[in-house]
Amino acid sequence: MTSYIIRRLLYTIPIVFGVLLLTFVLFTLVGGDISIEIAGKGATQETIEEIREEYGLNKPLFLAWDSQFINHFKSALTFDFGRARDREPIIGKIKRGVGPSLALTVPMFFGIVIISVSLALVVASVRGSIWDILAVFICVAGMSIPYLSFILFGQYFLAYKWGLFPVFFSPDLTMAQYVALPVLIGIAAGLGGNLRFYRTVMLDEMRSDYVRTAFAKGLDTKRVLFKHVLKNAMVPIITRVVLAIPFLFLGSLLLERFFGIPGLGYLMIEAISSRDYFVINAMTYISAILFVVFNLITDICYSLVDPRISLE
Amino acid sequence: MSDSENITRTHLPKGRSLWRDGLRRLRKRKFAMVCFVVVLIYFSLAAFIYLAEFFDWRIGPTLWAEQVGPSYAPPSSVNYLGTDIFGQSVCRKTLYGTKISITVALCASFISIAIGVPLGAIAGYFRGVVDEIIVWIYSTLSSIPYILLILAFAVVLRDKTIFGYKITGITAVYLAIGLTSWVGICRLIRGEVIKHKGREYILAAISYGCSERRIIFKHLIPNVFHLIIIDFSLRFVAFIHAEVILSFLGLGEADRPSWGAMINDARIELSRGVWWQMAAATAAIFFISLALNIFGDALRDSLDPKLRIQ
Repeated sequence: MTSYIIRRLLYTIPIVFGVLLLTFVLFTLVGGDISIEIAGKGATQETIEEIREEYGLNKPLFLAWDSQFINHFKSALTFDFGRARDREPIIGKIKRGVGPSLALTVPMFFGIVIISVSLALVVASVRGSIWDILAVFICVAGMSIPYLSFILFGQYFLAYKWGLFPVFFSPDLTMAQYVALPVLIGIAAGLGGNLRFYRTVMLDEMRSDYVRTAFAKGLDTKRVLFKHVLKNAMVPIITRVVLAIPFLFLGSLLLERFFGIPGLGYLMIEAISSRDYFVINAMTYISAILFVVFNLITDICYSLVDPRISLE
Repeated sequence: MSDSENITRTHLPKGRSLWRDGLRRLRKRKFAMVCFVVVLIYFSLAAFIYLAEFFDWRIGPTLWAEQVGPSYAPPSSVNYLGTDIFGQSVCRKTLYGTKISITVALCASFISIAIGVPLGAIAGYFRGVVDEIIVWIYSTLSSIPYILLILAFAVVLRDKTIFGYKITGITAVYLAIGLTSWVGICRLIRGEVIKHKGREYILAAISYGCSERRIIFKHLIPNVFHLIIIDFSLRFVAFIHAEVILSFLGLGEADRPSWGAMINDARIELSRGVWWQMAAATAAIFFISLALNIFGDALRDSLDPKLRIQ
């Protein structure tokens, strides 16, 4: 077991290295020297030089101890990403954004999972009927509406027109107040795809032999669904849930932008519009690390829970 | 009686190919065929706008910049879908947006197929070090959240000059989408090629002395090609939606109308009660997505009954 965990840990090293290499190529080699852009129009040569000095853009790219390549790795591994355009340390900005982002994404995500799994059970129990076909069609239709339209129409009707929720974030609102509508919209938008996925999971399970046995024993549909199918379907459900957790930290780019929630999604949008490569770089790296860590945890949990999964 | 005579006398029924079989099954699904027609309409509209621009025909969609009425005129018999802030026809803009969306989704598909399929086939066929390197590359890419990766590529590539070619507008968009979304198809093809490698027809090709390039590109890829078609009929929708989000974030086409840009305009308009631009763009995206989703599912069921809907 220990050797498996160590092997699995070692395997994450090339992935982290790969992510760092990719961000270096993207933001330093392709992105290039953005000091003139940071300095703004009409900046003197001295200001530009100062900026280049601060961000280390005047250093050699490779082949030196103090090269940009080495520094890129150093800053990532020590989680010291320097300062954003507005002079605030990037890591501080990210720490501040995690709270509001999680407040938005966690209820949204678990809302989607709980609602769609329970609906999937219902749909699976009436499989093949007109209701099943109708449900799948509604799911596909829901998946076809652009996310932006969900947000805009939701915001317009529920908040602006009917005044059920605050339209925009303001500091004097409680968290539950400003998060409620975005969460609702997020659930509505995500339900289609998820319900369809879980329905397939359930139907796959319903084809198994143990389900036939259970029915043959004379159990009713409800009992088979909740006692047998749901338990066995938990494996794919949990996989999907655990692997989605790292993405929750990122917040929701579009929801946060529309509702002005000061989370990580908002930070990302700001960074895009001001072309702040340093913030985007930090966000990319941190989310990749989170993903790798959660992947590792899932794999280890699997090997603990399911003895059939080999440790080789 | 010799063996050769025996063979000539036995009457073998003509085999049906995978494609013919699949298409026969597909044609039975009337609703899927309706969806296919809808998709075709969108594609021909895009092609038609290209033609019209090339020959400089002065028709609706190419004259989208023309002022046809007052600012924010509601839908009427003159302007079917109303006008935007500049008095431009929303109907024309929506039609023109089709061209942008289809172009982006098609180019992105071509790029990701061109990268993903050969890499997947090579990794699955050769295994060993080559396989490990390719798996490493795509594991790295897939450990970064998809939307973040696309945004990072789009931000960096925008307005860059690479090999003397300036990347502007939608080029940055489809490059960003294409360069980041080959992972899925690469993984799929790799797995499939590993399965096919031990089959008789590949062993036969090897024993004939076919070159490795020939085996990969003439034998293996044609045999897994239906998977590529299925995968992309469904992925196309994701590309269209990605283009909308990128355009909305200001990373897309700057001076020509696109659905994403229209939705972006609608952010301010909605509070004034101007809903038609928003509705037009949403409807345009909705119908092609719905048609592609349903058609893609039907295609998958017909061509590969073993694959399950995810």
